[in-house]
Amino acid sequence: MSLMDYFRKEQKSSASVAKERLQILVAHDRLRNNGPEYLPQLQQEILAVIRKYVAIGEDDVSVHLEQQGTTSVLELNVTLPDRK
Amino acid sequence: MAKIIVVTSGKGGVGKTTTSAAFSTALAMKGHKTVVIDFDVGLRNLDLVMGCERRVVYDFVNVVQGEASLKQALIKDKRLPNLFVLPASQTRDKDALNPEGVEKVLNELSADFDYIVCDSPAGIEHGAHMALYYAEEAIIVTNPEVSSVRDSDRIIGILQSKSRLAEQGKSVKEHLLLTRYNPERVERGEMLSVQDVEEILAIPLLGVIPESEAVLKASNQGVPVVHDAESDAGQAYDDAVARYLGEDRPHRFLEKQKKGFLKRVFGG
Repeated sequence: MSLMDYFRKEQKSSASVAKERLQILVAHDRLRNNGPEYLPQLQQEILAVIRKYVAIGEDDVSVHLEQQGTTSVLELNVTLPDRK
Repeated sequence: MAKIIVVTSGKGGVGKTTTSAAFSTALAMKGHKTVVIDFDVGLRNLDLVMGCERRVVYDFVNVVQGEASLKQALIKDKRLPNLFVLPASQTRDKDALNPEGVEKVLNELSADFDYIVCDSPAGIEHGAHMALYYAEEAIIVTNPEVSSVRDSDRIIGILQSKSRLAEQGKSVKEHLLLTRYNPERVERGEMLSVQDVEEILAIPLLGVIPESEAVLKASNQGVPVVHDAESDAGQAYDDAVARYLGEDRPHRFLEKQKKGFLKRVFGG
């Protein structure tokens, strides 16, 4: 091992990689399995509408439904590509 | 009225049967009349872990289908007078259980016992659904490993939507039991920590069972691991059950064992 290795950025542990992957996956699974049945289709249709105007990828639209007490909050996130 | 507890996980091989055997044995040791039921029809194993495999005459499916009485099928534990095992069938297919039949058996047991522990099969199919449907409390057995945590989250979702209590607008009380935990590997960043798993699954922690040689030794001998009071896993299960019953016991075996001075000098 060279001396430079000590100064390089510390490598992420595999456990923290596992945790990050799980957090994303579990949020995704919960939405699909426990959320309302219309959600995946809603996401697809919103994607289709935005694509009429902007070229975006499958992962650039995220739909989340959160339960806060008696109200549900529908959160829509669209990541638009950088303008050239 | 008995309390119905399901031991479930989604994923196979994480320690459901070991946990069912240890948990029911510890409940009985603490003076509660307990029955443990194997829901894994076609792949029965609880009888082996409990050490009563040679005394199985009738099974759970026989009782559900009215071919035998509960009294004929229940096997009395040879060590504890207030512990009984209801084995699964080895020959039938897994659809042999039906909700009405299971309910009838649980009701009958409920009159006579304090706790009914249901050992669920792996998966999320019919057998697992039967095991969790009537549960009031659930022990979610999870290994600190990605696929097990994901499957546990899935089974928690099912408990919250498909159990009888959920259908009545109530909720099943959930407990997280983390098994095969290795503090050395957690310290080296090679394994998810208790806090990581708690954060992801967001259910209360009942206990942490360390990865232990005692578990294999116990199943080899057909003696539930809590009988091995010297072992780390046995003590951890005893703690978990005491906590379940309301005792306030600190979590142990979460840190790397520090070698004592003598051990460092003489080895071991």
